[in-house]
Amino acid sequence: MPDGSTTDRIAYSAPIGDEVKTTTCYMCACRCGIRVHLKDGRVRYIEGNPDHPVNKGVLCGKGSAGIMTQYSPARLQAPLKRIGPRGSGDYAEISWDEAMEIATSALKKVRETDPKRLAFFTGRDQSQSLTGFWAAQFGTPNFAAHGGFCSVNMAAGGLYTIGGSFWEFGEPDWERAKYLLILGVAEDHDSNPIKTGLAALKKRNAKVVSVNPVRTGYSAVADEWVGIRPGTDGLLVMALIHELLRHDWVDSEFLVRHTNAHWLVVRNPGGADDGLFVRDADGKPQAWDRAQGAMDAAAADLSPVLVGDFTLADGRIARPVFHLMAERYLGAEYAPEAVAERCGLDAERIRRIAAEMADVAFNQTITLDQPWTDTLGRRHEKMVGRPVALHAMRGISAHSNGFHTCRALHILQMLLGAIDTPGSWRYKAPFPRPIPPGPGPAGKNSKPNTPLAGNILSFTHGPDDLLVNDDGSPIRIDHSFSWEAPLGLHGMMHTVIGNAAKGDPYRIDVLFMFMANMAWNSAMNPLETIECLTAKDASGEYVIPTVIYSDAFFSETVPYADLILPDTTYLERWDCISILDRPIGSSHGPGDAIRQPVLKPDRDVRPFQDVLIELGARLGLPAFTKEDGSARFKDYADYIVNHERMPGVGPLAGWRGEDGSAKGVGKPNPDQLQRYIENGCFWRHNFSAEESYFKHSNKLYLENAKAMGLIGKSDQIVLQIWSEPLQKFRLAAEGHGAKQPPEALRERVRSYCDPLPIWYAPLGQEAHDISGFPFSAVTQRPMAMYHSWGSMNAWLRQIHGANRLYMSRAKGEAMGIAQDDWVWVESRNGRVKGQVTLMEGVNPDTVWTWNAIGKRAGAWMLSPDAAEAERGFLLNHVISEWLPAQTGPRLANADPITGQAAWYDLRVNIKKCASGEEGITAPHPSALTPPPNMPEPPKILRFNAGGQKP
Amino acid sequence: MTSLPTPTPGARKLGLVIDLDTCVGCHACATNCKEWNTSGHMAPLPDHQPYSAAQEGVWFNRVHAYEAGDGDEGRTVHFPRSCMHCETPACVTVCPTGASYKRAEDGIVLVNTDMCIGCQLCAWACPYGARELDEDQGVMKKCTLCVDRIYNETIPEDRRVPACVSTCPANARHFGDLGDPNSDVSKLVAERGGYELMPEMGYQPVNRYLPPRKASSQVKTAPKEAGPLPSQITNPLLRWMDKVLSR
Amino acid sequence: MKPAPSIIFFTVASGAGYGLLFWLGVLKPLGILPASSMFSATAAIIALALITAGLCSSLLHLGRPERAWRALSQWRSSWLSREGVAAVLTFLPATVFLIALAHGENALMVPSGLLSALGAAVTVYCTGMIYASLKPIKEWHHPMVAPGYLLFASFSGVSLLAMLAIFWGGGFFPALVAAALGLAALMFKRAYWASVDATPAGSTRESATGLGFIGKVRPLESPHTEANYLLREMAFRVGRVHAAKLRSIALLLGFALPALMFCLAIILGGGAAMVLGLLGAASAIAGLLVERWLIFAEATHTVALYYPTQR
Ligand SMILES: Nc1nc2c(c(=O)[nH]1)N[C@H]1C(S)=C(S)[C@@H](COP(=O)(O)OP(=O)(O)OC[C@H]3O[C@@H](n4cnc5c(=O)[nH]c(N)nc54)[C@H](O)[C@@H]3O)O[C@H]1N2
Ligand SMILES: Nc1nc2c(c(=O)[nH]1)N[C@H]1C(S)=C(S)[C@@H](COP(=O)(O)OP(=O)(O)OC[C@H]3O[C@@H](n4cnc5c(=O)[nH]c(N)nc54)[C@H](O)[C@@H]3O)O[C@H]1N2
Ligand code: SF4
Ligand code: SF4
Ligand code: SF4
Ligand code: SF4
Ligand code: SF4
Ligand SMILES: [Mo]
Repeated sequence: MPDGSTTDRIAYSAPIGDEVKTTTCYMCACRCGIRVHLKDGRVRYIEGNPDHPVNKGVLCGKGSAGIMTQYSPARLQAPLKRIGPRGSGDYAEISWDEAMEIATSALKKVRETDPKRLAFFTGRDQSQSLTGFWAAQFGTPNFAAHGGFCSVNMAAGGLYTIGGSFWEFGEPDWERAKYLLILGVAEDHDSNPIKTGLAALKKRNAKVVSVNPVRTGYSAVADEWVGIRPGTDGLLVMALIHELLRHDWVDSEFLVRHTNAHWLVVRNPGGADDGLFVRDADGKPQAWDRAQGAMDAAAADLSPVLVGDFTLADGRIARPVFHLMAERYLGAEYAPEAVAERCGLDAERIRRIAAEMADVAFNQTITLDQPWTDTLGRRHEKMVGRPVALHAMRGISAHSNGFHTCRALHILQMLLGAIDTPGSWRYKAPFPRPIPPGPGPAGKNSKPNTPLAGNILSFTHGPDDLLVNDDGSPIRIDHSFSWEAPLGLHGMMHTVIGNAAKGDPYRIDVLFMFMANMAWNSAMNPLETIECLTAKDASGEYVIPTVIYSDAFFSETVPYADLILPDTTYLERWDCISILDRPIGSSHGPGDAIRQPVLKPDRDVRPFQDVLIELGARLGLPAFTKEDGSARFKDYADYIVNHERMPGVGPLAGWRGEDGSAKGVGKPNPDQLQRYIENGCFWRHNFSAEESYFKHSNKLYLENAKAMGLIGKSDQIVLQIWSEPLQKFRLAAEGHGAKQPPEALRERVRSYCDPLPIWYAPLGQEAHDISGFPFSAVTQRPMAMYHSWGSMNAWLRQIHGANRLYMSRAKGEAMGIAQDDWVWVESRNGRVKGQVTLMEGVNPDTVWTWNAIGKRAGAWMLSPDAAEAERGFLLNHVISEWLPAQTGPRLANADPITGQAAWYDLRVNIKKCASGEEGITAPHPSALTPPPNMPEPPKILRFNAGGQKP
Repeated sequence: MTSLPTPTPGARKLGLVIDLDTCVGCHACATNCKEWNTSGHMAPLPDHQPYSAAQEGVWFNRVHAYEAGDGDEGRTVHFPRSCMHCETPACVTVCPTGASYKRAEDGIVLVNTDMCIGCQLCAWACPYGARELDEDQGVMKKCTLCVDRIYNETIPEDRRVPACVSTCPANARHFGDLGDPNSDVSKLVAERGGYELMPEMGYQPVNRYLPPRKASSQVKTAPKEAGPLPSQITNPLLRWMDKVLSR
Repeated sequence: MKPAPSIIFFTVASGAGYGLLFWLGVLKPLGILPASSMFSATAAIIALALITAGLCSSLLHLGRPERAWRALSQWRSSWLSREGVAAVLTFLPATVFLIALAHGENALMVPSGLLSALGAAVTVYCTGMIYASLKPIKEWHHPMVAPGYLLFASFSGVSLLAMLAIFWGGGFFPALVAAALGLAALMFKRAYWASVDATPAGSTRESATGLGFIGKVRPLESPHTEANYLLREMAFRVGRVHAAKLRSIALLLGFALPALMFCLAIILGGGAAMVLGLLGAASAIAGLLVERWLIFAEATHTVALYYPTQR
């Protein structure tokens, strides 16, 4: 202990604050548990909750800066009604009563006439189970969150292949993996767990290989950095598959037990059944048994044959999936030397990586003395694992070939026997789910004053599930679930405003958005989006007549709405991180969490969820009103506790039942929120060791999961190498069945809906001459910034106040471009200006920048000359929402299967600025005017909760 | 008192060990340090122009990124930098007022902001850039090694570590007594070849940096047997033809 | 290092003041200077005024000038504190010296003069040592820095003395010394520059980060995208071409011209000498201001190694 010999007064044991409350961080979507210390009513310190399963006490750079978000001058102060033209910033403060009146009357009219004419789109929120349910109750099919421009390729690629996904539905076995191949990940939603996990892997001396055009962040700490050329990962992965097959480094036992490798596929080119599984009368897929011929592929006593053509009893010819797959990937076009140049890699290196993965998978297996029973009731004494883990995110996802690349990655995992086995990639609860789960998407026939039955965002199993009219045209405003994006699971938020402005397929009356900065960083080509929001028709009316928007801050989108519903901050409201949406489960077990208000708002703001629930009641949506027409729920807290989606299943899975003893399924518990608070605002159920692996085939797991309401059936979930739903779309394109794509899309559907993964050059690059655009251009998430939110945070904006264009030193020097030079980044869509940083660790044909640092002048209560507006630039200005002009329908710059926005397909040219052009970015639209009564930002900030020295 | 305490054998030398092999550059240590300290012993850590051009503030910990080496041998290294709590720090001995001092009991270097005249000489004397002038109050401030956390009896014992250490998601920051060769941190330094920055300055920094490791040794030898090229056998698929499998 | 005007003025002014005091204290007892007590008093007053103005200016550099008195406490370890103590202590004999000069008290004049000279030398040496002791700045942590301060202070002091003595008609010896010291200072400064230019930096990006074992180290990203106190203070660096020009100006204005003028003053005498003496002293001071600006502007602090080179 210090001896106190100095005159410096140190309060060694001053209590941190006078009060501490737990809640859940929302400085990003990772959902870490936090402890908020308050002193004199101000936030003194936010620290990680050591007991929380997500972050185990750590916090990232953003989470630790939450104080400055809470006290930012950019927080909206009160509801606003537009009184000037859109974009002018002329608003009048109004009361909540008036705001609710305006919203209700606008929405009521739509619901009474044609509910489709409401487009309700939400951004990075975590209450999709509420918002989606509300939209279905309203009766509009035009609902989605931001997933369509985010990572639907990962979600769809995974859910249609392994019943889980990288993204948020799976994770590497951080405790046991010996080899991690991580592709296209900068930060991800699992921000803290990935960092913690990487450290754990490295501590155990596991090898980490990062495939990424840029060597920063996770790639910087990787043992090996593979600086691939963007958009070519599919080729790399297929070359790895080629190598595994060529050497027979394949876990065939795993394949026949857990995948459809042995299932028979009908070979009948031109026929209506070509490429479909051979099924028996009960619809059960068939395999070829060495002794008995065709029989139930799921039978226990089967000795399946993997290659060969077999003649079925009815005379048809069939071939096992494995055969079809091996044939394709053993093709010379997938040999390492064939793909190397295109990927910007060395063939030898690809071969070595394949060999390393095989070595770890097959020579360094992990065997746990843990008996388990499979779905056939057979007991296995041990769990044998192939400790090769994969993880991938938007570097794969944000390309128009990302869906297939993602599927290829899962096939690579299957060949290695590395799915949910010790040391490999693991499902996060509540996954795995059936492939694909549930009934198709709701919304085929929306009617006035009628809720839609079912989920709006669900899974198509074939053409019958599409949301298309008889002529094949889209039903949804965003064209999701149409022939343009048959697996558009998450909607296509990036096309909504453009389509609505064009009336394609129809006009809408109300655009209702929540937490999405669509007039800036979440739009491709923001200036065009702004044009759409401000376009007027011949009668002088706005083409999109009403825009209602809920934001918590003065973002770039605020000035374009007619009605602003100001939200609270994450420290001021109840929230629910629900198992019906994006819970906090991990491979160790399911979990969910809440946010509780730790501070009272000091402004006239209301939690958006409360507002939505009240709107539901005012509109008379059945689930939000009682029989007598009064509101069913007081507020969101009431809804969280008492709403039941199905009997016994509600937003929260913990402490259900009247006495709080039930998990997953049980009656609402009036004390539920209190129990959560007592537990640190989260609930977690831990799997037993026996349930922990092989979950797709693990009887105990599947039965327990069913009992807990995680899945509907406890059948084995067979991993799908060959994807039959895709083949069904392809067959339709080939002229079979009642529902067929329109002519203009027939060839597109036929070629891209391949039941086995394929690689093709990104669509946006194929469709125009890219010779003048030699560089690929991508963005990365900065770890210390969350999209656009961080710029109004006094601490975070010191870390990333402006962004650079990073490019290869050698390339730059050869082009006469020096460090700090100003350059134009030119694409087919236009040009944007920024300042260069030269670096070594970047693929020489790639340039990149940090995402969403550039701000529109005046927004976020920053002075118009702030670095963000002058030296920060937004790459989005040169990304087009549409594919290059061609005949036929206007098509989104997106994956042809899922509709995932293809942010990273961008090709650009770099040109040094002429002298005199330096110093300020362009485009540089006029400065935005703040809403009335926003606080004056201080010139100096002396934040010190509790005053001077203690 | 500006004179350094007389070194005694076995004296405690509290400090940080920073693992450059796992630091991903997330800035958590920097912002968590800022939030702890802006209401802590050296409060506040002011920010100038917080919402306009030329924003800047006082930070006790700053995270850089470097590239070292070229080609495949090259690496990107994220690099946090704070006070090293040197054993013979001139930042203390140059101080004319006695505001700067090094504690005999644990080696922590502190500034008594009640005595500091803001002459900035200590900042000039620190090779590592660890001193931060609070231009608002006109006094010097710096990393306190979270002296108001590490001895804080109101904090559970296992959390009594500096804010930056407790928050680091990548486990890249370690805290302990580097004067005790048997402490966990000393062992870690010995094991990983931890080094000090700019030893040529002779300040004898206490903090240590663990170097990025070469590469994992996990992957020993890849399986040797070269597979046949598909073109070398008429039908490579035949290999699986006779494979007897059971479910 | 950022050239702070308050510090530049302080070291030049108090340097000249102490130089003047030193020469007055040494030469007066030897009887080489004009005998007029008016001359002596004027010289001593100018010296003390310069010293005081310089010290006051140095207070402007402090964040909390009202606490400046605290700086006297740490003379055991701190050169800045020693400088302060020496400065304060020097005021004692210097005040006595001034009184003795004004009143022509020869008995008091000799000891107080010598003590003042000693105090002046010690104070200037302490000032020099403040800089010379700073290891992170290679241009300062150099054996010629403290002697340099002494040399330049004595040169500027004797230049002022020569100017005054010429006015009082007895400037031959001080002007001779000024010319000689001017030439000496010129050679000394050139030798210093040659030496620092030739000395490789002891610390490099590689040693500052310890990453040299991987290869050449290049900054990729700074912790913050805008500037900060340390960068503004320590990473200031004057451009090469600009520096070369300023070096010539400093040598010419500071040392060569004054030396020449004092030689000419000796040769020409009379009214011309007065003009030349005035110009010589003014030129010396002006040149030293440039020299002092360069001392900062050319100094590189190891902190800058952590940041990208400023363009
Ligand atoms: N160039 C390029 N563009 C991209 C991407 C890319 O990689 N490159 N990534 C895309 C992806 S994946 C995504 S997810 C999007 C993200 O894009 P957005 O979802 O638009 O991103 P955010 O900046 O998070 O902005 C959402 C809005 O939510 C507001 N907000 C914050 N907190 C609250 C709150 O508590 N309540 C309410 N009501 N509002 C709040 C913010 O003020 C902001 O206006 O960007 C996309 N855009
Ligand atoms: N700190 C922070 N965390 C966030 C967010 C944030 O804004 N800030 N946003 C959240 C959101 S909405 C999302 S969707 C996730 C996204 O999480 P990530 O997917 O990790 O985010 P991106 O920044 O899009 O990272 C894409 C990475 O892929 C690389 N890349 C680009 N093209 C290719 C390619 O063709 N091949 C390969 N192999 N790599 C490529 C890029 O260099 C980059 O490193 O992050 C979430 N977490
Ligand atoms: S990763 Fe960071 S910002 Fe995201 S929830 Fe966790 S602490 Fe908060
Ligand atoms: S918190 Fe850890 S990983 Fe993040 S920058 Fe600091 S040391 Fe590196
Ligand atoms: S790092 Fe700098 S401030 Fe810290 S003790 Fe060493 S010299 Fe002093
Ligand atoms: S600035 Fe303060 S702490 Fe630093 S040397 Fe001067 S008085 Fe001492
Ligand atoms: S020890 Fe404390 S004061 Fe020092 S850098 Fe870490 S958090 Fe900041
Ligand atoms: Mo996203």
